[in-house]
Amino acid sequence: MPTTTIAGRSVDLDAEGFLTNPDQWDEELAQTLAGNIGITLTDAHWVPIRFLRKDFETQKETATLRRISTVGGIPVKELFALFPGKPAKKMSYIAGLQKPKGCV
Amino acid sequence: MRTLVILGGGTAGTMTANKLRSRLADDEWQIVVVDKDDVHDYQPGYLFIPFGINTPQQIRRSTHVFLKDGIELLMCEIRRVDPQARVVHLANGRELSYDYLVIATGTTPRPDQTPGMLGDEWHKTVGEFYTFEGAIALKAQLDRFTGGRLVMHITEMPIKCPVAPMEFVFLAEDWLRRRGLREKTELVYVTPLDGAFTKPVASRELGDMLARRGITLETDFMIESVDQDAKIIRSYDEREIAYDQLVTVPLNMGADFVAESGLGDELNYVPIDKHTMQSTTYDTIFALGDAGNLPTSKAGSVAHFSVHVFVENFVELVAGRAMLHSFDGHANCFVETGSRRALLLDFNYDTQPLTGTFPMPKVGPMSLLKESYANHLGKLAFRHIYWNVLLPGRPMPLPSAMSMAGKRPEG
Repeated sequence: MPTTTIAGRSVDLDAEGFLTNPDQWDEELAQTLAGNIGITLTDAHWVPIRFLRKDFETQKETATLRRISTVGGIPVKELFALFPGKPAKKMSYIAGLQKPKGCV
Repeated sequence: MRTLVILGGGTAGTMTANKLRSRLADDEWQIVVVDKDDVHDYQPGYLFIPFGINTPQQIRRSTHVFLKDGIELLMCEIRRVDPQARVVHLANGRELSYDYLVIATGTTPRPDQTPGMLGDEWHKTVGEFYTFEGAIALKAQLDRFTGGRLVMHITEMPIKCPVAPMEFVFLAEDWLRRRGLREKTELVYVTPLDGAFTKPVASRELGDMLARRGITLETDFMIESVDQDAKIIRSYDEREIAYDQLVTVPLNMGADFVAESGLGDELNYVPIDKHTMQSTTYDTIFALGDAGNLPTSKAGSVAHFSVHVFVENFVELVAGRAMLHSFDGHANCFVETGSRRALLLDFNYDTQPLTGTFPMPKVGPMSLLKESYANHLGKLAFRHIYWNVLLPGRPMPLPSAMSMAGKRPEG
C-alpha cells in the first residue's frame, strides 16, 4: 500500500489511487484530488461530496449513485453532469473513500 | 410454544424451514412459511428457456410439496412487519406474532423503475429472462429473430445471478451460429460496470471470452430511459445504443413491504451482519437469500451456504448460547458458455474467483474459470440436485465455507 504526499500531507492510497484511510481526508485535500482528475469543485460539487462523507460516518461504506440520488436527493443526471463519465468512481475518489461496493 | 415465521418460500425460505424443522422440537417450535402463491420455480432454468434447453414444465413445481410435515404454509401477500411488536401483518388482515422472523422474500426485477421500459413492446422487442413469463416470451421472440442488433443490457447492480447476462450472450452466440444467423447479427453487451464482471480476474477472463466471440462490450452505461419507438436505450451521459431485440435486466429491488416496515435500504434490502445474516437493527430478525444486503453475489449457492451457517447459529441462539458460526460470503457459480461447455466461479468475501480445479487440486473434475464439458454437465445436473437434495434440506457433499484447495492465486 503506497504512502504518498498530497497537498503537503502523507496519505495511504490503494493501487488505483483511492485513499484507504478516510480519516486522512479533509476538504483542502479534496480540492487537490479533484484537480488530479480535472475537476474544479463548485458549490454544486460539494453537495454530493459532503453527502458521501456524512453517509459514510453512519453506513461505514461508500454510497452508490442510487443511494446518493434517493437518500441524498441529487438526481443521477446531475451527478453525471458534475462528474462526467464515471461519477461514482470520481466522487468517491474526491471524497477520500473507497469505490462503492454495490457491484458484486 | 415459540414461533418462527419465514417470509418467502423460495430457495432460502424452503431450505431454512426444512432444515430447522428437523432441528427444532415440534412441541416447542411452530414454523410458519408465508408466500404469495404455491409456485416454486427453479430460477437458473429461466436462462435456458429461450434456447429450448429447458422446457417450462421442467422448472416449475408447487411450493407446498417441498415443505416437510410440521411446517405451516400460508398463501397471502405480506403488508408489513412491526418489528417492535414482533408481528407480521398480512394482506388478508391476519396478524402473525413471532419470536423470530426470517425475511427471505428475495429480489424482484422492476421494469417500472426505468422510464420507457414497460410499454407495448415489453416482453416483445424489449425482452427479459428473469421471470417465467419473460423467459417464455423471449423464446418466441428469438424464434422469430432473423438478424440485426441483439443487445443484452444490465440496468444497475446488484442483480440476481450476476453471471446470467453473460451466459445469455454466450448461449445466444452459439444459438445464432447454429441457426446460420451469426453473420447477420451484431451482439452487444451493455453493462453499468467498468468491465465484463465485478471481480478483476474473472472480468479479464470473461472480457477475453466476449472479444473472442466478436461480442461488443459497452461499459459504464447507466440507463436513463428506453425509447421503444426509436428502439434505442439512452444513458444519463447521453449515449445511445440502438437495438432490434433488447434483452434487459431491469433494476432489482427487495420486496416493498420491507420498505414499508422501515427495514430496508434504498433498494429495499435488509441491512444485515455479513457473517450471521442478523438484522443490524433488530436481533429477532434475519434476512436470508437475496433479501439481505450481503456484499456477495445474489445467487442460489450463496443462499444455500449461508442458510447452512444460519441454521447452525439459530439452534445455538434459541438455546441461549452465542452464535459462533460465521458465513464467509462463499458463492459458487456455473457459467454456461455455449457449445455444451461451461466455466465455474468459486469465491468469497476475501478471495476473488481464481483459476484452478474444483473441488480437488489437479484432479477436479471441474475447472475454475476455464470452459469445460465437465462444468456443463455439472450445471445441467444441478436442476436435479436442487429439487431432490437442496430444497428438502438434505446434506450436500460440499462444505459451506470456501476452500483454497485447487485454486491458483495470482501475482
